[in-house]
Amino acid sequence: MKPRYYIVLIAVLVALFATPLLLSPSAEYGGADSAAETAISDTGYEPWFSPIWEPPSGEIETLLFSLQAAIGALIIGYFIGYERGKRAKT
Amino acid sequence: MHIMEGFLPHPWWEIWFIIAIPFISYGIYRMSKVTKKIPEALPLLALMGAFVFVLSALKLPSVTGSTSHPTGTGLAAVVVGPGITSVLSLIVLIFQALLLAHGGLTTLGANVFSMGIVGPIAAYAIWVTCKKMRISSSVSVFLAAALGDLLTYIVTSIQLALVFPTSTGFFDAFLRFGSIFAITQIPLAIGEGILAVILFDFLAKYKGQLLATMKVIKLPHSTNTEEATTP
Repeated sequence: MKPRYYIVLIAVLVALFATPLLLSPSAEYGGADSAAETAISDTGYEPWFSPIWEPPSGEIETLLFSLQAAIGALIIGYFIGYERGKRAKT
Repeated sequence: MHIMEGFLPHPWWEIWFIIAIPFISYGIYRMSKVTKKIPEALPLLALMGAFVFVLSALKLPSVTGSTSHPTGTGLAAVVVGPGITSVLSLIVLIFQALLLAHGGLTTLGANVFSMGIVGPIAAYAIWVTCKKMRISSSVSVFLAAALGDLLTYIVTSIQLALVFPTSTGFFDAFLRFGSIFAITQIPLAIGEGILAVILFDFLAKYKGQLLATMKVIKLPHSTNTEEATTP
């Protein structure tokens, strides 16, 4: 792919996830997983097992999610840089 | 697609574990076989694991006014095969169950089944079919990743509808969970498809030989004339 296709694809990505925020700015944007959780709890179901450990606050949860993304992004970035550097040398 | 901890009663959570175990065992077998036969493939396994890690951490907004996350397993299935992808998914799901209280240990079997088994197998099947029809690699990867992602969420809806049917039955419950999961997922699946195309394009450019050794793509001098494989 030529670089300009990358630019188009990345623009589509940004548009894809900016559109909902622009169209319905006042929506809750809660997680679909917890929406399903609520739908089930509404039937009167009680979960029989709770997580053995929960992040003590929303901030800690965000920290751990960021860490997950950062670990992944680090490996991807290392791989791409390594391969490009190797090719540039030869 | 994470079914929360404790939300699958007996006997369902055991059933999904029993179904998932053979696939995971096969995945571990494939992993040791591939890394022994093609040691150069090991960085690719790490790369695909990392891709799943990043994508499943991104909670993205959707047109339904709620958020969800992509899976990254479609591209992994194309590059390292669905078996190994099952193992990569298991690792991510354990990380999220233990550290994020996202998903759960009792629902691990069910979540591995949707994200790590059905999604990847579907993505791989779509990829193989598209290649047979001589569809370009980019379009094939896009369809495999996007539809694999979407199917994962459809499976989650089915899993929940089986356990929690409404008074009018399974199908009504399936539509209800489907509207929570699958509709939200449509723009995310498209996004995942695009990201998968970008990374696959890089791999085809820089690791074409390795991908050919792993029988993911054929290099131009054989029968296939694929623009993406030119260095």
